[in-house]
Amino acid sequence: MSQDILNRVRKVTVEELGVKEEEVVEAASFTEDLGADSLDVVELVMAFEDEFGIEIPDEEVGEIKTVGNAVEYISKKLG
Amino acid sequence: MIEPSGRVVVTGVGAVTPLGTGVDTFWSRILAGENAIAPVTHLDVSDYTTRIAGEVKDFQAEDWMDKKEARRTDRFICFAVGAATMALQDSGIQLTEELRDDFGVLIGSGIGGLTFLGEQHRRQIEGGPGRVSPFLVPYMIPDMASGYVSIVHGLRGPNTCVVTACSTGANAIGDAYHIIKRGDATAMLAGGSEAPINELGMAGFCSARAMTTRNDDPAHASRPFDKERDGFVIAEGSAVLVLEDYEHAKARGAKIYAEIVGYGMSGDAYHITQPHPEGSGAIRAMKMALRNAKLETSQIGYINAHGTSTYYNDKLETAAIKSVFGENVPPVSSTKSMIGHTLGAAGAIEALICILAMRDGKLPPTINYENPDPECDLDYIPNVAREAQAEYSLSNSFGFGGHNVTLLIKRG
Repeated sequence: MSQDILNRVRKVTVEELGVKEEEVVEAASFTEDLGADSLDVVELVMAFEDEFGIEIPDEEVGEIKTVGNAVEYISKKLG
Repeated sequence: MIEPSGRVVVTGVGAVTPLGTGVDTFWSRILAGENAIAPVTHLDVSDYTTRIAGEVKDFQAEDWMDKKEARRTDRFICFAVGAATMALQDSGIQLTEELRDDFGVLIGSGIGGLTFLGEQHRRQIEGGPGRVSPFLVPYMIPDMASGYVSIVHGLRGPNTCVVTACSTGANAIGDAYHIIKRGDATAMLAGGSEAPINELGMAGFCSARAMTTRNDDPAHASRPFDKERDGFVIAEGSAVLVLEDYEHAKARGAKIYAEIVGYGMSGDAYHITQPHPEGSGAIRAMKMALRNAKLETSQIGYINAHGTSTYYNDKLETAAIKSVFGENVPPVSSTKSMIGHTLGAAGAIEALICILAMRDGKLPPTINYENPDPECDLDYIPNVAREAQAEYSLSNSFGFGGHNVTLLIKRG
């Protein structure tokens, strides 16, 4: 399950941020390592919402700093 | 900052048009009298009263900008980056840190990022405010062409935008000319960019009854000055020029295409979309440009008309030209007959055409000219380009809101 989520998070991140797939490792920070600015982060979060059919409230966006955080957050949401 | 010479020359050119991306392709097709109008392919227009347009078909945004940016940025910004980058490369100018502070950008757009706006509005209706992209505002605002190009090329001089509907491109060049002339910049990227072929743009112009409905015959739909004309054909694209102080250009041995020598503008103060019934605003714009260029009408060798292919524009522009030029009207053509009407980019594309016409001693035609109209009785260079050397060209652009703009350009 979480391997599938990781793959989908990587795919969305590659599309949204225009980065190479091999850069999107679990430890990678979206802003520090993958070059996202504040607008990119909002767009990326929306893309995760679309991809997984979930809602990510603004106050929880702060929990998603790295690729690993995103996988963890999304896994929890999907229960 | 150099001491301004008060003279402003064109040293680089770039274009993204329905007749091709790149100035050489575009120009050879203009001289060949080719038509760019065809059924719309960008979107499903089966419910629209007008279903044809001049679309840009060979432009790949990722050739000119970062792949991620190319994918999500509004098309009008992508076109501007393409045309501006071409113009900069063509100019051969070396961007030193010092020059960057004195190098500005003024690329206007009549409408801005309407495609992006429409998509995001749909997202809001379907999913609520939280679904709207954070890029809606930056990619919708018309000034982002200038802003974006300045970021891509590190140009830190005057940076602004003009929005005057279909006279935008001409105003942008005229205003940039003044910025250099008064010494506030050494060089400017100046022009217009437009990408209006989307649901809202097509629907709005269809409702305004401004476009031709000759859907079954797109190749002959844009027919300025012809008696059977019935509206304009919408199109998209961009043209950007490098304008540069003459002494600066000369000192670096730049190739000088042309010189901007006059700029006139006026307002009709009459109606939001219809031109003044006596063409008085157009007359004042042309006279102002001639006056500030200190030229006589007899010195003008070519007029690139606004020539939209609407009943009123072509009739009233003809009357206005005759009022200014009297008995000796030089050859006039409307290149919108081939390209369609690129709205805020048109004035810049047409200034470029004047520049190339004088460089090569060839005047572009008005195609689809078949049926003379007694109210349009000038020499419109019908259907075939003509060998003739103009020393000065005049280009008209008029916009909704009653804006009238005239540029006067001297051969380089």
